Amino acid sequence: MIDKPTRFLALCHFWVAFGAFALACVLGLYQVLERSGLVPAIQSPGVYFASVSTHGVLMAFVLTTFFIMGFGYVVAVSSLKTPLWNPKLAWAGFGIAAFGVALAALPLLTGNASVLYTFYPPLQASVLFYLGATLLVVGSWLWCVVMIVMHSQWKAAHPDETVPLPMFATTANAILWLWTSAGVALEVLFQLIPWTLGWVETVDVGLARTLFSWTLHPIVYFWLIPAYIALYTFVPKAAGGELFSHDLGRAAFLMLVVFGLPIGFHHLYMDPEQGSGFKLMHGVGTFLVALPTLLTGFTVIASMEIAGRRRGGSGLFGWIGALPWREPLVLAAILAFLMLIAGGFGGIVNASYAMNAMVHNTAWVSGHFHLIFAGTTVILYMAVGYYIWPRLTGKPLCSASLPVIQLWSWFLGMVLMTTPWHILGLLGQPRRISSVAYNSLLTLAWDPYELAMIVGGLVLTGSALLFAYILWQSQARPAAEQAFEVEYAGYQPADGPVHPLLNGFKVWNVAILGLMVLNFGYPILQFFLAKTFGSIPWGY
Amino acid sequence: MAFHIHPLERKWLYAASAAIAIFLASILLTALFGGIHPPGHMEIIDSARLHLDGEFMEDKLGVRTEPDGSVRVTLVAARYGFFPREIQVPAGTPITFRIASADVLHGMHAPMTNLSTMVVPGYVSTVTTAFPKPGEYPMLCNEFCGMGHDHMWSKMTVVSKESWTLAHPSAGR
Ligand SMILES: [Cu+2]
Repeated sequence: MIDKPTRFLALCHFWVAFGAFALACVLGLYQVLERSGLVPAIQSPGVYFASVSTHGVLMAFVLTTFFIMGFGYVVAVSSLKTPLWNPKLAWAGFGIAAFGVALAALPLLTGNASVLYTFYPPLQASVLFYLGATLLVVGSWLWCVVMIVMHSQWKAAHPDETVPLPMFATTANAILWLWTSAGVALEVLFQLIPWTLGWVETVDVGLARTLFSWTLHPIVYFWLIPAYIALYTFVPKAAGGELFSHDLGRAAFLMLVVFGLPIGFHHLYMDPEQGSGFKLMHGVGTFLVALPTLLTGFTVIASMEIAGRRRGGSGLFGWIGALPWREPLVLAAILAFLMLIAGGFGGIVNASYAMNAMVHNTAWVSGHFHLIFAGTTVILYMAVGYYIWPRLTGKPLCSASLPVIQLWSWFLGMVLMTTPWHILGLLGQPRRISSVAYNSLLTLAWDPYELAMIVGGLVLTGSALLFAYILWQSQARPAAEQAFEVEYAGYQPADGPVHPLLNGFKVWNVAILGLMVLNFGYPILQFFLAKTFGSIPWGY
Repeated sequence: MAFHIHPLERKWLYAASAAIAIFLASILLTALFGGIHPPGHMEIIDSARLHLDGEFMEDKLGVRTEPDGSVRVTLVAARYGFFPREIQVPAGTPITFRIASADVLHGMHAPMTNLSTMVVPGYVSTVTTAFPKPGEYPMLCNEFCGMGHDHMWSKMTVVSKESWTLAHPSAGR
């Protein structure tokens, strides 16, 4: 079993993550109710946009970062079978990140940072918001250091061996995050903070949006990689089988890191400050990065088929029924795939260079990323939570059926909420409005969908609170401590260790550098070559 | 040391790559040979001085017919509207919109059409499209721009080509 101090470290991370998540869900419920206009008493753009900003920050930055850090420590210690390197540094990372969250929470909750989690200059928030976000990122960088050092120390001690897949993927994620977060760090440190403190008068919005787009796409792979680790290494075992294959799995993680970074301009297709050529280049990369996800789908489904057949399932589809559907990891994987297929289809529409104009900034986009993030990714975070809780607390879960109910209700809520969003998006409803105030016949067609959205929000919030309850109840009840091990799905390689290219990152870092210079070099440089005009700060 | 690839996995790798190649080919063909691009061309403007001179001065805004029969619409996006607040344009005609922001970030979208662009302070947005169907369309702001964002919209009326030609007999043909 993992040593006690590391278990406590991980539990602290998970509680910050899941606490932020539960709070963000309650805010989400308020938002669907408010924007439907059905309860006039709660109509308020001021409260709504403060809530949307807080919801976005809690979900996209706090839930993810703390979950990923806690999970990373567990993976490192359990897969490498070595003690945690430099626990003090790990705690410092936790402390700095948590302090950053508290600092950013003050202006967010008081309506002094209603600039959404995407910042949106020249709207200007309280400086505490930018400082808090920076500290959160700086804390996570310390986690990256711990992961990378543990990876290379293990490799030095085991020169002819293959780094275990979960740790290889975790290190890939740490490297991805260092590259990814650099864009937003440059924007905040060199543009937003000096401008908010009044050291410079104006901010170049075109440059700020370009830097943010650098971060905005690969950040979703930072969130997704832990979910993929669970798919590759926990799910096959939970289903009663083994990993179908191993090498392409490692290649898939590498492809996410290398192709995922230089493609952010698909968020800027509709923007005037970048030219068509670079947008098209990033668009091509966006399609290439679908490949690792298609490979992951194949490998994980094939692994589950092995398990299903081993459990007596036969025929073309009979193995699906034979899977242990009441096993949270297996159920979550199946539901995650269903949401990934629907969300992936929406993503292809968004990524399509020309078709994007139809859906850009409409409710379709909210539907898409809620399916991919809150659906696919978070449902696997939940399943990891259920798997890991006994291994951190030493106590079994308080119930076997409640997690199953909770995962199904999360899926149902997502379907109920995101289906109307996709339809509303096609009908042209903007994603970020607090009420429908357009005096137009076209927009009357939106009304019936608002109701389904509220039911979805209610189911989701109930499900999120149930999730927090199960974890709390399991940890708090009195029970004798037992030893639960973290175990990973087995794979027997055909002949010897993997190719060195699939066992390290040096070459790949050079490849990323080249691609980043190619895809972002001139697009950033152009703001310094031409005489651009910055914007003064604006309130909201 | 080798890459271990299962034969089934290899087939899937080819199939998945082929699917991606088809998607990319259709995008590249329409872009490079059909000339279909999203708006964007890095044209700089001083958003603080729009009202002082140039095409975005108040009296130059609105709809104009070019000698070749195409139509140009010049708009200023500012909290909380696209100015002028009401415009009329012909159906079935290429229309070029030029939009600049006087303050913060906005976005413009007319539902059920492919008229869409971000409006970023400091840069001019240009987008060309044609509307097949006459009717009344709201031009909505689709990017959060402040507490009045919900109310930021202007009205566009698309009239049939015949009634447009009757009303604008001077337009070249
Ligand atoms: Cu606006």
